[in-house]
Amino acid sequence: MKLRTALMGAVASLAFAPAAFAERGADGHVSVLYWQAPSILNPYLSSGTKDVETASLILEGLAGFNEKGEVIARLAEDVPTVENGGITADLTQITWKLKPGLLWSDGSPVTSADAKFTYEYCTHPEGGCAQAARYEGISSIETPDDLTIVINFAAPKPNPYTAFVGGTSPILQAAQFANCLGAAASSCSDQNFMPIGTGPFMVTDFKVNDVVELVANPNYRDPAKPAFATMTIKGGGDAGAAARAVLETGEFDYAWNTQINPEQQAQMSAAGKGVLLNGFGTLVERIEMNMTDPSPDLAEGERSTTKHPHPFLSDIRVRKALSMAIDRQILVDIGYGSAGRPTCNLVPAPEMFASDNTDCLTQDIEGAKALLEEAGWTDTDGDGVRDKDGMKLRVLYQTSTNPVRQDFQAVIKDWWAEIGVETELKNIDASVYFGGDAGSPDTFQKFYADVEMYANNFDGTDPEPYLAQYLCNKIPGPDNQWQGENINRFCDPAYDALVDELSKTADMAKRGEIAKKLNDMLTKDSYVVVALVDRGRLSAASNTLGGVVLNTWDTELWNAQDWFRLK
Amino acid sequence: MLNYTLRRLLLAIPTLLLISLVIFFLVDLAPGSPASEIPLTVPAEVRMKILEALGVNEPVHVRYLLWLKQFFWVEPLNGFDAIFGTHYADGMQRIISYQSRAPVFGIIGDRIPQTLIVIGSAYFLGVVIALPIGIYSAYRQYSIFDQLGTMFAMIGFSVPTFFTGTLFIIIFAVGLGWFPTKYDTTLDVTDWESFLKQLRQMAMPVMVLGLANAASISRYMRSSMLENMGQDYVRTARAKGMSERTVVLKHVLRNSLIPVVTVIALGIPSIFGGAIITENLFGVNGIGSALIQAIHGNDLPMVQTLAFIFAILIVTFNLVADLLYGMLDPRIRYD
Amino acid sequence: MTDTNAAIAPPETFRAAVWAQFRKHKGAMFGLVVLTLLVVFVVIGPMLWVPEKLKVVEALKSKNLGPSLKFPMGTDQLGRDQLARMMAAGKVSLAVGFVAMMIAIFLGTFVGVLAGYFKRLDGILMRLTDMFLALPLIPLLLVMVMLFRDKIARVLGPEMGAFILIVFAIGVTSWMHAARIVRGEVLALKEREYVLASRSIGASPRRVILRHILPNVVSPVMVAATLGVAEAIITESVLSFLGLGFPPDFPTWGRLLYEGLEYMQLYPERVIFPGLAISLTVLSVNYIGDGLRDALDPRIRGR
Repeated sequence: MKLRTALMGAVASLAFAPAAFAERGADGHVSVLYWQAPSILNPYLSSGTKDVETASLILEGLAGFNEKGEVIARLAEDVPTVENGGITADLTQITWKLKPGLLWSDGSPVTSADAKFTYEYCTHPEGGCAQAARYEGISSIETPDDLTIVINFAAPKPNPYTAFVGGTSPILQAAQFANCLGAAASSCSDQNFMPIGTGPFMVTDFKVNDVVELVANPNYRDPAKPAFATMTIKGGGDAGAAARAVLETGEFDYAWNTQINPEQQAQMSAAGKGVLLNGFGTLVERIEMNMTDPSPDLAEGERSTTKHPHPFLSDIRVRKALSMAIDRQILVDIGYGSAGRPTCNLVPAPEMFASDNTDCLTQDIEGAKALLEEAGWTDTDGDGVRDKDGMKLRVLYQTSTNPVRQDFQAVIKDWWAEIGVETELKNIDASVYFGGDAGSPDTFQKFYADVEMYANNFDGTDPEPYLAQYLCNKIPGPDNQWQGENINRFCDPAYDALVDELSKTADMAKRGEIAKKLNDMLTKDSYVVVALVDRGRLSAASNTLGGVVLNTWDTELWNAQDWFRLK
Repeated sequence: MLNYTLRRLLLAIPTLLLISLVIFFLVDLAPGSPASEIPLTVPAEVRMKILEALGVNEPVHVRYLLWLKQFFWVEPLNGFDAIFGTHYADGMQRIISYQSRAPVFGIIGDRIPQTLIVIGSAYFLGVVIALPIGIYSAYRQYSIFDQLGTMFAMIGFSVPTFFTGTLFIIIFAVGLGWFPTKYDTTLDVTDWESFLKQLRQMAMPVMVLGLANAASISRYMRSSMLENMGQDYVRTARAKGMSERTVVLKHVLRNSLIPVVTVIALGIPSIFGGAIITENLFGVNGIGSALIQAIHGNDLPMVQTLAFIFAILIVTFNLVADLLYGMLDPRIRYD
Repeated sequence: MTDTNAAIAPPETFRAAVWAQFRKHKGAMFGLVVLTLLVVFVVIGPMLWVPEKLKVVEALKSKNLGPSLKFPMGTDQLGRDQLARMMAAGKVSLAVGFVAMMIAIFLGTFVGVLAGYFKRLDGILMRLTDMFLALPLIPLLLVMVMLFRDKIARVLGPEMGAFILIVFAIGVTSWMHAARIVRGEVLALKEREYVLASRSIGASPRRVILRHILPNVVSPVMVAATLGVAEAIITESVLSFLGLGFPPDFPTWGRLLYEGLEYMQLYPERVIFPGLAISLTVLSVNYIGDGLRDALDPRIRGR
C-alpha cells in the first residue's frame, strides 16, 4: 500500500517536472549507487547490466524503448515503420535518418559512418563482441549520405529493431575506436573507460568496479538538459546496503536493483527518505524439469543426455503434480513482495505475447496426489514417500546460492513432501552454476539434478529468440561442450515447426498468437517449464530526486537527462 | 646472519615460481569460467566467441608462460617507462583483466591507496589496543580487567566482521547518523574539512577490523607474557630486589614480545590483501574486494596476479619475521 | 618446592594431578560447565524439544514471532521454530568447529615441531607453509568441492559427505599459523639447557620432542586452538554462503547468523541467539584452554 501511494507521489511530481528546471547543470550533483559496480563502459565488450546501463548515460543508439516497451527515437529523427516507408514491404531493409546537427561530446559531428563503423566493430570475427546477436542477420549497411543509414537483412526480419536500438547496441565514435577493431579491442582501455558519446553525460574519471564520475555533456542535443551538472556512480556492498543508503541514511539519490525481502521493503520505506520503484519485465523465476536421466550411476557423457529419458519426470502427470503442489502467491509473499507476482507463463510480457494461462495459480495438493496415484505412484511401504516398481519418488533440486532461492527451496520441499515426494536440496555458488565451465559438474547447463531453479528473461520486446531456445538441436550435451540453451532437453517436432513459422511471420497479431501457443506448449501443455514468479525490477529513489521513470525494456538510466532535483 | 639471509633470498625464487605455478593451475582448474558474468540472454555462440577473444581457450601452459613473461618482463618495463618517460614497453601486451579489459596493474594501482589507508590504520589501531590489554591482562591474571579483556577478545573474534559491520552501520549510520555507509574513494584530502571527512568515512571500517585484529593479538600477547612470568629469571630478578616495573616492562615484556612481533610481522601481508567482507560492506573497494570480484567472475589474470603479489609479500614478511626472531632472541642461531 | 608434599601424599597419576589442578581453575570449570551445557543443548535438546511439523500455510501464519512460551527463541521468516533450528545447527557447528580445529592443530603442531627441531626439514616445510598461506582460499575450496563432493557424497550420503569435506577443507587451509608459531617456539626451546642436556645424554629425537618440547608448546597451541574453533565455525558459514557447505536445509550457527542479518533491525533475536551461541562456545573453549595450560605446566601445578 505504502509503495503504491509513494509511486503516485512520484507520478505527481513528474507533472511539475517542466517547471522545475530550465537550465543545464542548474541542479548540481546527483549520486547513484550500483552495488555491482561497472567494470567497463563499452557495452560491446561486456553485457553485464551494470556496464550496459552505466554506459547508456554516455553512449546512445538510434532508438530506444520507453517504459511501455514502445520504440522511441533517440539519435534518429523518427522510428521507421512499414507504414511510414522506413521499412520495405518485404521486411529486408530498414532506413534510419539521423537528427541533423548532432554532435559528439568532443564537438565533432555524428554521421552515418559512425553507425557503419559500429557495425563493423561488433561483427569483427576476432573482437568477441558481447552484443553480436543484435547485429545478426544483417547482410550489409549502406550510408548514402551523412545522415542516412540503410540496413539490409539477408532474410525478411519481422523485428528489425535490434541493431542500434536500446542500451545494448549504441553507436560508437568511429574516430575514437578506429584502432580498436578485432583483437585490438582489449588493449583500448582508455577508449573503453572513457568513450566519447552523444548522451547527457560524459566520463571524467573511471575506477574499475568502484566509481564513475561524470559531468553534463556540453554538446547534448537538448540545451536545457541534463539538469544535473555532475553525477557519481558508486559501487560496492549488496542490495540491502544499497537500499539502506537511499531509503534510510539518504546518502544517495538512486540505487539500482535493490532486491530486498518484503519485510525490509516495508521497514526501509518507513524511514521516509525515499521510495522503492518497481516495474515488471520478462524475468521469470522458474523450475526446470530435466527430461533426461541425471543419475550418477550412468557413465560420464551419458548422464543428463538424450540417451536416457528421465525415469519419472518424463511422465507429464508427475511434472504436473509437482507444479500443482506449489502455491505461487505464497512464494511471492516470502521472497519478493511488491517486486513479484505469480505467473504460469514463460513469456509474461509484453501483453501481446503473454498467454492467458492461469491454471497453475491455485494450489491443488489433493489433485496432485490423485494425479500421482493415477500415474501408478503409491506409498507401498508407508514411509511417506511414493514409489513404483521399487523406485522411490525422490528428486534432487538444485539452484544457485541466494537467500530467496533457499527459502523457496525449503517451502517447495515441504509442499512436495505433502504429496509424497522426497526432495534433496543443493545450492551452488552462482559463479560456478552460471559459469558454463564444461569441466564442472555443477553448471545449470549440465543439469546433474532432477529439477533446477533460476530466472531468465529476454532482451528487448521480441520473444522469438527466447522461444527458439527450446529447439531440439539446442540441447546441451558433451558434443557441444554443454553449451546449448535447451536446458530441459525438451524436444517436440511440432514445437520446432511452429518456431520456424514464427520466424517467417511478420504480422504482429499473428506473431503474438504463435508465441502464446509456443509458451503454452512449454508450460501448461507439458509442464516442462514450471514458471513460478514474474520478477519485477526494484530500485530505490530519494524523495528529492524527480523525473525518475523505471523502465524494464531498456536501461534503467534511460531518461537520466530528465532527472532533476525536487526543491 | 647475512649468509642465512642470502640463502633464504635465493631459495625464495624457486619457492615463488612454484607457488605461481600452483596458483595458476588451481585457479584454472576451479569450476567456473568468465562466462558466468555474461547474462543468460546472450546466445551460446556469442558466448563462445567472447571467451575465444579473451584467450581463455588457449592451452593452460601457454597462458602460464605468457603470464610469467608479462609479470617479470613487460610490467616492470612498463613501470620503468612510466617513471622515466621512456618507451621500451610500447606495443607489448600487458596483463589484461578479463572483466574490464584493462591492465591489471592499473587497477591494482587505483585500489592500493584505500586498502593501505583503511586496512593499515585498522591493523595499527589493533596492535596499539592489543598490546597494553595483553600485557596488563597477563600481569593481573584473573583480575576483573583480565576477565573483561578476555570477554572483549572472545567477542572480537567469535563475531564475524559481516555481523559487526552491519551492526555498526545500523547504530552509527542509520541510528545516529555520524558516519557515511559508503567510502568515497575519490575524496582528496586537501584541507582540514576534507581530512575530517576522511576520518569520518574511515571510522567504521577501521573500528570493525581493528576490533578483530586487537582481539587475536591481545590473546597472543597475554599468553606470551604469562609464559614468561613463570620463568626462573623473573623470580631471580624479583629476588634481586628489582622494582616490579623494571621486572615486568624490561625483562618480561622484552622476552614476551619476541613471538608477538613475529605474529604481527606475519599479519602485515594481510594489510595488502585487504579485507574482503569489510571492504565490500563499506564500499572501500580496495584489493580485497578486487580479489573477490575477480574470483567470482573467474577473472584469471587478475586472481593470478593478485594472489602472486600476495605470495611475494608473505614470503618476504615470513623472512622478516624469521630475521627479527633471530635478532631479538639471542638463543636462536640460524647458522 | 613440592618435594615435601610429594613425599607424604600417595604418588598420584599424571592425569589425576592435572585434573586436580584444572579443578582449582574457576574459569576453566566455568568453561567446562558452559561447554557441557551447550553439548547437552544440541545433543539431548532435540530429543526433548520436538516442534510440531506444520504445513507450509500454517507455519507461515506464525512467521517472524518473537520469543514466547510456544517458541522460546521465536520463529524465522518461514515460521520455523528457531529453538529447534538452533539445536540442530549447534550439533553441526560444534562438530565442525572442534574436528576442523583438531585437524588444523594436529597438522600445524606436526609441521611446526618437525620444522623447528630438524634443521634439514625446516626450509622445505616452511616454504610449504608459505605456499599454503599464499594460495587463494576460495578457488582452493571450489576445486576441492568440485573434485570430491560427489565422490564422498556417494559413499557417505550428502550430509556426512559434506561434513567430512568441510572439516577437511577448513583443517587443511588453517594450520599454517599454528605451524609458524610452534616452529618459532621450538627453535627457542631447542637451545634451552634441559633440552640440550637431554640430547647430550643421547635421548632420541622422538623422546626429546614428546617429553620436553611438546609440553612446552602447549600454551601457544592452546591460543591457536581457541582461535581455531571460532574461525572454523565462521569459515563454515562462509562456505555455506558460497554454496560449498551443507545442503541449504541444514542449518548451522554461522548460517543462522548470516541469514538473520537481513532481519537484524526488525527482529534482533534472529542474530542474538546464534551470535551468543558462537561466542559462548569460543569463550568456554578459551577458558578450558587457559585451565589446561595451567594444569599442564609443572611449575604451576602443585603450587
